[in-house]
Amino acid sequence: MKLNERSLAFYATCDAPVDNAGFLYKKGGRHAAYHRRWFVLRGNMLFYFEDAASREPVGVIILEGCTVELVEAAEEFAFAVRFAGARARTYVLAAESQAAMEGWVKALSRASFDYLRLVVRELEQQLAAVRAGGCPLPPRRPRALPPKENGCAVWSAEPPAGARPGPAPPPLPPRRRASAPNGPLHAASFARLHEWYGQEVRALRSQWLRSRAQP
Amino acid sequence: MAAVVLPGGRRCGTFLARGRPAVRRARLALRVLGPGGAMRYNEKELQALSRQPAELAAELGMRGPKKGSVLKRRLVKLVVNFLFYFRTDEAEPVGALLLEHCRVTQEEPSGFSISFIEDPERKYHFECRSEEQCQEWMGALRRASYEFMRRSLIFYRNEIQKMTGKDPLEQFGISEEARFQLGGLKA
Repeated sequence: MKLNERSLAFYATCDAPVDNAGFLYKKGGRHAAYHRRWFVLRGNMLFYFEDAASREPVGVIILEGCTVELVEAAEEFAFAVRFAGARARTYVLAAESQAAMEGWVKALSRASFDYLRLVVRELEQQLAAVRAGGCPLPPRRPRALPPKENGCAVWSAEPPAGARPGPAPPPLPPRRRASAPNGPLHAASFARLHEWYGQEVRALRSQWLRSRAQP
Repeated sequence: MAAVVLPGGRRCGTFLARGRPAVRRARLALRVLGPGGAMRYNEKELQALSRQPAELAAELGMRGPKKGSVLKRRLVKLVVNFLFYFRTDEAEPVGALLLEHCRVTQEEPSGFSISFIEDPERKYHFECRSEEQCQEWMGALRRASYEFMRRSLIFYRNEIQKMTGKDPLEQFGISEEARFQLGGLKA
């Protein structure tokens, strides 16, 4: 299978904070010796280098779909990265301390794209819920109030006689995916984001007010 | 016209000498290094990943980055942060593209290209059957990187924290992880 290895190598060595890094012993094969390698976790990729100063990774373990478990091994502080499937390989790794081992097991077991996507979706829903149930905007009073056909002003506190009991709440803004192209996630400041969302809310509100005033 | 020994001991004279010698030489060199090139990776797991449910899958026209590449029909499948491409009648992918630090650009009316930050001129071209399909793919590919997910998470976390005063990551037990801190972000 072809793979864009140059891009992988770039992802391994680019100038951005890593998710975890440190020396681990990696077992070469079932009956092979352990080799000490410099490991770098970034995203769902576990890269390993000859040493910490190497510029190109020796290899990478793509972590999607793996499980991480402690193992009984001759080596201390050992753990395994296991994949499902008939001839799937198990990577046995060993850390240099109990704390390092625990750190790696935690980091690797949460490294998958799937896991991250689950958390993001959960937060997306939470944010939508908070926004929907959040404080309503205080009504603004425009300077000039054009009289309505039935004689009721737009901003009248009393609903017009014969109107539906209770005001209907304004429609929720369409659920915006933060992931939309040209969406808000392009390193915008909070003030800009607030303004951007605010515009939509103002537009929807005036739309709602106009529709509510129809006989 | 020298005879050349191919891997496996086969000899090939005239045939090899004709055509584009530089390309042939490069191909042989790659075979000597091994099918995975210089960096080792767990190919079986990548193949297994290619069989997982896709975010998006379609038959598209695809043209590789090399000069003189021909457009081919490929089944293109987006799974997590990988784009797999298959010959339309085969179960194993021809190749995979890791989608980190990539740029997706619109090309002509209903096509797009993917290039990578370390070599922006090297483009993988794709042709869709409609503008709509093209937009759908471009949107999905831009959202398909781990780095994009990470930024989304940090954004939502911040927003929720501002509105509720609570850190939503605490319930997952991951609020202390370095990878989700605002300070860790770079442009």
